[in-house]
Amino acid sequence: MSHSVTVTVNGTSFTREIEPTLLLVEFLRETLALTGTHVGCDTSQCGACTVLVGGRATKSCTMLAVQADGAEVLTVEGLARNGELHPIQRAFAKEHGLQCGFCTPGVMITAVDFLERNASPSDADIRHAIEGNLCRCTGYHNIVNAIRSASVEMRETAAALPKVAAEVKS
Amino acid sequence: MTVTANPKYIGARVPRKEDPRLVTGDATFTDDVMLQGMAYMTLVRSPHAHARIRRIDTATAKKEPGVVAVLTGKELEATGILPVFIAVPGMNGSKHMPIASDKARYAGDAVAAVVAESRDAAKRAADLIAVDYEPLPVVVDGTKALEPNAPIVHEELGSNLVFTYPVKGGDIDKAFKDAEITVTQRIVNQRLIPNAMEPRAVTAKFEAGELTLWSSTQIPHFVQLIVALNLGLGQNKVRVIAPEVGGGFGSKLQVYAEELLVGHLSKTLGRPVKWTEERREGYLATIHGRDLVENVEIAAKKDGTILGLRIRTVANVGAYLQAFAPGIPTILHAFIIPGPYKIPAFDVEVRGAYTNTTPVDAYRGAGRPEATFAMERIMDRLADEIGMDPAEVRRKNFIPPDAFPFNTISGITYDSGDYEPALDRALEMADYKGFEKRRDEAKARGNYRGIGISTYVEICGLAPSKANSALGVGWGGYESARIRVHATGSVQVFTGTSPHGQGHETSWAQIAADALGINPNDIEVRHGDTFESPGMGVGTFGSRSLAVGGIAVHKAAEKVREKVVQIGAHLLEASPADVVVENGKVFVKGVPEKAKNFGDISMAAYLANNLPDGMEPGLEATVYYDPPNFTFPFGTHIAEVEIDGETGTVRIERYSACDDCGRQINPMIVDGQLHGGIAQGIGQALYEGAVYDDNGQLLSGSMMEYHVPSAEDLPSFDLDQTVTLTNTNPLGVKGIGEAGTIGSTPAAVNAVIDALSPLGIKHIDMPLTSEKIWRAIRAAGEGRR
Repeated sequence: MSHSVTVTVNGTSFTREIEPTLLLVEFLRETLALTGTHVGCDTSQCGACTVLVGGRATKSCTMLAVQADGAEVLTVEGLARNGELHPIQRAFAKEHGLQCGFCTPGVMITAVDFLERNASPSDADIRHAIEGNLCRCTGYHNIVNAIRSASVEMRETAAALPKVAAEVKS
Repeated sequence: MTVTANPKYIGARVPRKEDPRLVTGDATFTDDVMLQGMAYMTLVRSPHAHARIRRIDTATAKKEPGVVAVLTGKELEATGILPVFIAVPGMNGSKHMPIASDKARYAGDAVAAVVAESRDAAKRAADLIAVDYEPLPVVVDGTKALEPNAPIVHEELGSNLVFTYPVKGGDIDKAFKDAEITVTQRIVNQRLIPNAMEPRAVTAKFEAGELTLWSSTQIPHFVQLIVALNLGLGQNKVRVIAPEVGGGFGSKLQVYAEELLVGHLSKTLGRPVKWTEERREGYLATIHGRDLVENVEIAAKKDGTILGLRIRTVANVGAYLQAFAPGIPTILHAFIIPGPYKIPAFDVEVRGAYTNTTPVDAYRGAGRPEATFAMERIMDRLADEIGMDPAEVRRKNFIPPDAFPFNTISGITYDSGDYEPALDRALEMADYKGFEKRRDEAKARGNYRGIGISTYVEICGLAPSKANSALGVGWGGYESARIRVHATGSVQVFTGTSPHGQGHETSWAQIAADALGINPNDIEVRHGDTFESPGMGVGTFGSRSLAVGGIAVHKAAEKVREKVVQIGAHLLEASPADVVVENGKVFVKGVPEKAKNFGDISMAAYLANNLPDGMEPGLEATVYYDPPNFTFPFGTHIAEVEIDGETGTVRIERYSACDDCGRQINPMIVDGQLHGGIAQGIGQALYEGAVYDDNGQLLSGSMMEYHVPSAEDLPSFDLDQTVTLTNTNPLGVKGIGEAGTIGSTPAAVNAVIDALSPLGIKHIDMPLTSEKIWRAIRAAGEGRR
């Protein structure tokens, strides 16, 4: 029996008839064809599917799409605004914080949520924040550098920047 | 002038061309390929590690709504046999069908395939397939598999012995007779699960007699070849595309059953078919790595001089031989065990064993981490026994810099090397001299602190084709490149390498840019599509891409440059010897104001109405480069750990490494390769291990039980490099993809054992989990309570 859900994803409202067993990540990838969010495991360990739901980093494999009815969701496709990359995206490229890029969308989304709650993190804070996002390529060294680098830029340009997570929350 | 004399982009930290699509979600991985009318395949896998298949009842499953097809092994024999690309002497090869029809040989062996309109329907139908199994006795341990009366995995072979592979040199009996000291250590390289973050996936469509198959693979050209041969299609009718590939580490260096099956099913059903691995499925059905047990004996003098090394190894290859499996414990392990040391006598024998476990093949380093771990552990055991500083035992046995080219006792030739500077630099970075104070401080905290060194030499640049052939590798080791300059001056590089995170699009553009005198941003590098490539590519594995594929790009670019110079000289009415190509301009030396643009030259090449007499129109070049030798990167890694005296938990407090990969094309990428490699090596040392029970059930069957290191498990890494060029290739490059994995595991383990050495602890098998260490500390009668 299908259910009607309305989810706002990256600022656009989508109403779809879906099966109640459909996971949010499947809804994003297959119903909406937003394939930037990835599936790396089936036990909620890897974090590749992390998106913002109501402004909080959420593993979209742990949630049914029907639970997101009425929610605001932000995926990697929604990070850039008007063609301008989000500081976290620029920082990952600048610091070589990605190699194969499969885990990257999830790590960046986790970092966006984290940096909006902790603007001046220590390296240990960053490592703790991303411990639910696994990366097999980078050894995390440059991911930590990228998130630190983004935090600096986000502090310096705070007034000018859209608060992605906060905006979704409101 | 060669580009290496005055490079502009080679050696620069050029930002990656790959990143914009990867940080925005624009990239397309195999599972992102959505096709009209696509059906989904799922496989029924044996729950038994060893069982005869008496009967498979598919009738109920076929009636399930949405089911398109259900097939068993007997019906699928047309799809052929899975390939093994290496045959070592006397090898007992296994017949490996995409779907087992007689018996299942490991838990996870596929026994039936279901295709349905949706993933859910396919899974529901798979659950309705009734397989009547007759469970058989199981063997999971390689050594036990070689004992008499062990259950036989392949009855037709008569035993589980895959091969016996000896590598010998010098007089080993004399070495042990003359020894003032001998040390013996059993060394276990536990089984690992590669865990590329992107699970494997295959999507295929068959249209107008042509099969297009997307696969998450490191070797699209081999997939094309094997799929074409097995499905009875011309190679020209099979297009394999490795789009964005989310890591591989050897686990995608295969032609897998699912590639043949999805290709076969889309061809016979006439509609697109997709299969995407679930992670737990991947733990069973994607290759594992390592699983080597060795008895290592070293003969030495009391001053630390090595006299000989005797090693007996059992390699557990799993239930079937995979593509490169026979070459890993043999060629890539036995030959490189001597590492940076002069070893007068050497006697290694490796036996391969079939077991009822997931097949084992290449995992990052593939043989070299195992070799280095064995050598570096026995070096530390020797140092401990004779009371010598581990750094000095190593230094004493180093091959001196004036001894190159050096023929090792195992029979390979190191072209270049200079090991002491890397050791000294790493010791300095690690503040080795200041360590004992830090050990004392830790002791005051009730903790144990240790420092561990690893010095390694690895073998890359796989491989000269003739050497491949002599070693039993059934394919050449060249790589291909084509550079096409369009009329307007836009440049495309087509490479036979197949990157999956290594940044070839950037590094290859840097190499071509220096040869062509243009900016890397004006060069597009394309890869992973067998219909775009120069024809045959070998692929990306074994740290070979730069030293083979990068050189092919360099040589193709030099050919194009030569033609640019000829056309430029003609248009400028000058001698080619006086023509300069730089910054996108072509001009006569000393007269830059009268330059032609790079695009003017390419346009002239295609207008073709004013070219030098006899010159062909067009501006492109294709090169197949076969290297004359392997390359031999080296380095020193040093880990410093502190162990909590109460819990046994290890923290890596400091990690320093000095590696030598020859010339670096992009130091940012070099560092990144090292970081990831070190993390995986530390993973083996401290955290990771595949565990089977005696029935062949994989207990570490998901990411919940198998510890892939997280950011909190790892330190930051302090890196530096020495540069010793290889003369094997014109750029002096060697390879860096696996060095981190090779250097780090023994460094981390040596550090832990050093920390525990005051308790009399000599060795603990990996992974060095807090539980194992806590037990060892308690067993030694110590530890905070």
